[in-house]
Parts: sequence; structure tokens; C-alpha cells
Amino acid sequence: MPMFLKVAWLVMRKDLTVEVRSREVLYTTVFFAVACVLVFAFALVKEGRPLDDAAAGIMWISVAFAGTLALGRTFERERHSETLRALMLAPTSRPAIYVGKLLGIVLLLLVVEAVLVPLVGLLFHAPIASQPLTLASLLVFGTIGFSAVGTLFAAMLVRARSRDVMLPVLLYPITIPVIIAGVRGTAALFDPEPSVDLAQMWMALLVFFDIVFVTLSLWTFEPLMTE
Amino acid sequence: MSFDFTEVAVRDVSRHYGRRRALSHVSLTCRSGEVLGLLGPNGAGKSTLLAILATLLAPSAGEVRYGERTAAEAGPSLRASLGFLAHDLHLYPELTAAENLRFFARLYGVPDVPAKVSAALDRAGLASRRDDIVSGFSRGMRQRLALERALLHDPRLLLLDEPFTGLDDASVAALVARLRELRAAGRILVVVTHDLDVAERLLDRVAVLKDGRLVACDEAQGRIREHYRAHVTEPRA
Repeated sequence: MPMFLKVAWLVMRKDLTVEVRSREVLYTTVFFAVACVLVFAFALVKEGRPLDDAAAGIMWISVAFAGTLALGRTFERERHSETLRALMLAPTSRPAIYVGKLLGIVLLLLVVEAVLVPLVGLLFHAPIASQPLTLASLLVFGTIGFSAVGTLFAAMLVRARSRDVMLPVLLYPITIPVIIAGVRGTAALFDPEPSVDLAQMWMALLVFFDIVFVTLSLWTFEPLMTE
Repeated sequence: MSFDFTEVAVRDVSRHYGRRRALSHVSLTCRSGEVLGLLGPNGAGKSTLLAILATLLAPSAGEVRYGERTAAEAGPSLRASLGFLAHDLHLYPELTAAENLRFFARLYGVPDVPAKVSAALDRAGLASRRDDIVSGFSRGMRQRLALERALLHDPRLLLLDEPFTGLDDASVAALVARLRELRAAGRILVVVTHDLDVAERLLDRVAVLKDGRLVACDEAQGRIREHYRAHVTEPRA
């Protein structure tokens, strides 16, 4: 295996081992996402009928909020014993460390989404099973785009005193196109007359954002992490 | 992958954080088989200098030469020749002792990881606790494990930031003995410490920093307390 991929795999596996052992970030994030969906369901579902297109919006806003929480907690863990510095000291390509952290966050968020999506389907009567592959692809590409920017900023802010405020302030404006593409693509699938073509068009846009965000993050990670 | 050098030269290095000056025009040299101590009051710039030597911080001005090359010229391969025992220990508390060592050994591309990890655990006196998670260890046990983690890849330059903090007398004696072994093996050691008793037993040369400036750099030779009194504990005029 090339060294770049080996390092990314090592970092991702380490993050998952730590998470499986503590389950701290997973439980917190799932609980937060579920609470978010429940609160919106109480507000937006009247007499068993949800507002039009609410399900897609609620699903993506819950993913974004839960994702921000997961990013903050994951990097807080690296800050605690300054282990991010230990990773930066390793004689490896620093972008490989970024990719490892990114994969760990993406996998964690996909687990959260596996709980979130059926709940949205149940509470908002969203037809989540009508186009499962297209819906899953939208979620995967959207999660990658959101996490690509989030991982970069969370790593960059790990030693900043105001990191909890700065992360959402920096992250949301930049990831708005990803959230919009995710919401519009999912809404096209949840429509009473679903349009797979429209969903695929939004998915293509998500893939484009992923390529741009991941490339820019790989390019800027090394200089941004050199203090 | 790593490259060898017998001398590290800090040349006119300054580091600023905005308007705050952490280091100002510091120049010193550390050589193979030598233990250089960095002394000074809190906020003197000792940890900043250590972080610059570790390539974690870039100097605002000046340069550090590892043998013939700077960190920028050497690239990531230089980091394979550096070992850093930080005050925060750089260990994952949720992982076991063996998992921590295995992870870093693989990250550093160390050959024969299982044998290296077992040897490191033996040296740290933690062979019987290899599968226990680090969060349950005492400060002394974590400190010993962190030292072995920093030495897994056999670095040429070892940087230690207050390595004796929180250790009992037996652990301090064991750590001093281990550092002497490394000095005898030709490693370059730079130690930040406030412990003058240990400094007298270990250091070959001492550099005193105050307000980001190098105010003294001399052979130790029993003069550590003299330097410390003159530059650190002497009341301000």
C-alpha cells in the first residue's frame, strides 16, 4: 500500500478505535441529531401532515448541526493531550493525516445518518425507500463535502481559544452550497412525483463541490498546520 | 528515510506572536553526545525554542540547521530524526500502552513493529500493563511510556520539555539513567527543566533564557545554580 494511503488508514483506524472504546462522540451526536428532528417534527407536522419539502431541509440541517458537534468533539480529543501535534511531528505527508481524519469523520456521520434518515422518514412520511441508492449517494457526497471543509477548519482552530465560536462561523457560509444541493436533491426524491434526473443533477453538483473542497483542503492543510 | 547529523545550530532565531516577542535573536549549538539544558523562568521562551527545534513552529527570523540543512531543505524526512517528549505527553488515553506504541511506530515507518513495541514496553517497565488503557496509568507510568514513544524510531535529536515533572525519585533516577545511555550512544539531547538537582546530574551545557533572550550559554561544570541565581532568581532592579 502506498505510504499516503497507509498513513490515512492508520489515522482513520485509530480514530475509530478510540471512538468505539469511548462512544462519546457517537452518542452525543446521535442524541443531538435525534433531538433536533423530534423538535422540528413537533413544530412542522400538524395533524399528521408535514409541511411540503420540510423533511429534506430538516434532515440536512440535522446532519450539519450534528456534523459540527462531531468535528468539535473529535478535535477536542486531539487537543486534550496535544496528540494532533504528535501527528504533525510524524515524518509523513501531512495531507495523508488530513485524509485519515476526514474519513473518520465521514464514517461517524454516516452512522448518525443511518439513525437519522429512518426517523425523518417515519416522522415526516418521507419516502426514504423509493430511491434508496440515489438517496444514499446524495448523503455520502454531501457528507464528504461538509466534512472536507469542517475537518480543515477544525484542525486549524484546534489551538484557538475561540474555536467553538469560530468553527460554525467559518464552516456554515462555505458549506452552504453543499447543504443547498443536498436539500434540493433530497427534496426531488421526497416529492410526491419523484424526479431522479433532478436529484442526479444536484448529486453531480455535490460531486463537483467535493472535488473542489477536498483538493483545496489537501493543498492548504500543510501550510495552515505549520504554526 | 531519515538523515544523520551531528550538530544542530540555532542561528539568530526570533519568534513573534503578533506584537508579542517570544524569542529574540537566539543563537546556540548542540552537538552529538551532549545534553544541553534550557533553563529560565516561565514565559522565557524555552518551550517556543523547543517547538522550533521540533519543526512544529517556524521561526519569524533566523534559521535552524540540522547538520548542513534547514528544516525546509530537509522536508518531512527530517522529522524521522527528531524525537519530542512534550509536557502533554502526546499519548491517546483511550488506547492501551501497546496500541499507542504500535500506532506511532507504524506512523514513523519503524521496521519490525511487534519486537520494537515489546522492547519499548520492557524498557518502560510496562510489559505487564501492555493491554491496559493509558488513562488508568499514573503520571510516572505515562511519562515513561511517552519517552519510549518518542524513542521508537531511534531519533538523532531528542527534545524533552520538563520530563521530570510529577515523577517520584525512583522514576527520576531511571529517567536520568536512560538519558545518560542515549547521550553515550551519541544522541543530541535538549532538555527544558526547572529541576536544578537533576540538571546538575545530567546537563553538559546550560543555556539560560529570559524574556525571550539568551542571557547565558556555558559549560555546566557545577555552575548551573550560579547561572540560575544570576539570571533567573535574582530580583529585578
